[in-house]
Amino acid sequence: MNMINPYLPLEAEVVERIQETPSIVTLRLRLTCPDARHRFYCAPGQFNMLYLQGVGEVPISIKSGPQHFLDQTLLLDHTIRALGRVTRALVKLQPGDRLGLRGPYGRGWPMEAAPGQDVHVITGGLGCAPAVSVVHELMRQRRRYGHVSVVQGVKHSEDLLWREQYEHWARQPDTQVLLAADQADARWRWHTGMVTSLLEQIRLVPARSLALLCGPEPMMQAAAERLIERGLAADRIWLSMERNMQCAIGHCGHCQFGAAFVCRDGPVFNYPAVRELLGTRGF
Amino acid sequence: MATPAFLPADQLQALLELLTQDGYRCVGPRVRDGAILYDTLDSLSGLPAGVQVVQTPGRYRLSHTDTPRRFAWANGPQALKPLTFAPQEDLWVSQLQADGSLKFSAAPAQAEPIAVIGVRACDLAALALQEQHFLQGIPDPGFQQRRRQMLLIAVHCTHPADTCFCAHTGDGPAAQGGFDLALHETDRGYFVTAGTAAGEQLLTRLPLEAGDAQSFAAAEAEVRAAARRQVRRLPAGDLETRLFARLDHPRWQEVAERCLSCGNCTQVCPTCFCHSEQEVPDISGTASTHQRQWDSCFTAGHSHIHGVSLRKDTASRYRQWLTHKFGSWQSQYGRSGCVGCGRCIAWCPVGIDPTEELQAICTEVTGE
Repeated sequence: MNMINPYLPLEAEVVERIQETPSIVTLRLRLTCPDARHRFYCAPGQFNMLYLQGVGEVPISIKSGPQHFLDQTLLLDHTIRALGRVTRALVKLQPGDRLGLRGPYGRGWPMEAAPGQDVHVITGGLGCAPAVSVVHELMRQRRRYGHVSVVQGVKHSEDLLWREQYEHWARQPDTQVLLAADQADARWRWHTGMVTSLLEQIRLVPARSLALLCGPEPMMQAAAERLIERGLAADRIWLSMERNMQCAIGHCGHCQFGAAFVCRDGPVFNYPAVRELLGTRGF
Repeated sequence: MATPAFLPADQLQALLELLTQDGYRCVGPRVRDGAILYDTLDSLSGLPAGVQVVQTPGRYRLSHTDTPRRFAWANGPQALKPLTFAPQEDLWVSQLQADGSLKFSAAPAQAEPIAVIGVRACDLAALALQEQHFLQGIPDPGFQQRRRQMLLIAVHCTHPADTCFCAHTGDGPAAQGGFDLALHETDRGYFVTAGTAAGEQLLTRLPLEAGDAQSFAAAEAEVRAAARRQVRRLPAGDLETRLFARLDHPRWQEVAERCLSCGNCTQVCPTCFCHSEQEVPDISGTASTHQRQWDSCFTAGHSHIHGVSLRKDTASRYRQWLTHKFGSWQSQYGRSGCVGCGRCIAWCPVGIDPTEELQAICTEVTGE
């Protein structure tokens, strides 16, 4: 981050554009300044502000795993769904195009608490993107962690991203991969239904488990409450939130959720910090 | 305490001249568009001598009396806020280069030395809150540069409006800190005290007279009386807990039927800090300025995410404002976000009074 003006972006270049689905694109970005690349360090669960000249800025979580972060070439993957004015323009970028990037921002996943623990990563829809970096990290140092479950739900089976990645993880030792689609086509060989209905299948040992949740808020709330019913303490559950963000440093006020500034105090929160207000319409 | 030194009324000009000599642009209360606004002050004649202000819910009117006093009114719609937190400001410029690369340059902060004369206690308290917001953590460069170059001359308030409740929030009517100089106004002039080294230094250069203990006691008594005249109150106790326990209270719907969601309350509030960012592309298509401007939680865009607004109706926007200002602000900054200036009451086009709404929401017995 620029210390004189914290709002000033760095220049980044699109190295690769991956069309994941008709409306979802992964942009693989590289900071053009070698010094900036060298200084850039981010933790799983943090986000960047991506800026398109003449259009605007949006917060996008960093999808790359930590092995990418340590790499000198530093490629930063951002998976973007074309939904709003800025994201619809961002997904049209092509390799070689330039854009602005500032970050990383926010508090990521509680990786410091994870060694020695069973880790359950439960996501829905594009909520899988901010959690992929966690799974990469768990796999990179697999023996530091206990049982790992990766649970992902999508609306339609065609929406599943990174199928091969999940299949690869499913073959790792002591790793459980559970996938669900609300609506499935004939080739879908996993669960058909809500992702939360898969929670019963998680090998959950509450005393040594952490659950990391990312997805639509009703899904995260339902999952968290179900895990609590299964004996997991609320403070062993973490979830990643999204709100309108414009400054990313706790100044602009848009991302407030009760007393929390999601950009600065989150986006990853310990469940008890948000439990009371989560699901309340208008917050 | 020794009686402060006294500056005769006509010698206030000497203070203006000293400040101008020191390189400050002097800013003070002026009458403009039927209200008292803070603007450049070239001479004493620009000050609102004899002007009084009547403020009631939804109403702000000036009246003229024969008092020689220049600060015999409570406040105007602006506080110090526009002088530190600019209503609109450029953050950076992005320029497309011939080789297709982008060059980002920080927009220089618009800042100059400003001396503000006639600052109110409520506005000093609000400034302290804005400093917490903009300067703790990652400091906001524009705010920081403007604040550093600002000299503040407070005038203790003797004429609270009907809408004021600073005595109740503990922020006024006497200025308690954060000023360089503070003045007690009397019919003949000003008792002057310094709050900082810069203020002390100014004191030594002013044509001061020895202060008379008796008339100083009378000046202090006027400020105490100003506190006693205020009638509005916030409900007692922990409003954060009580508000968040009453998110389903029927009063939110009821107030939403009166509220126009116009955002006036947030624009005149001296502590509201929300702002939005936007692009202003230049006509050549090769450059674009990234700007920010004041925003309000009463707009649909404020809570916009994924193509929808989280707060579609007025009830949820009013609830966001009130639960933040009087509730979650407590967790964020260790106190309520309200300094009792009453501006939101006077400048609300339909005269909604948050103290009344809070009483209705927090003191009525609910099912809890």
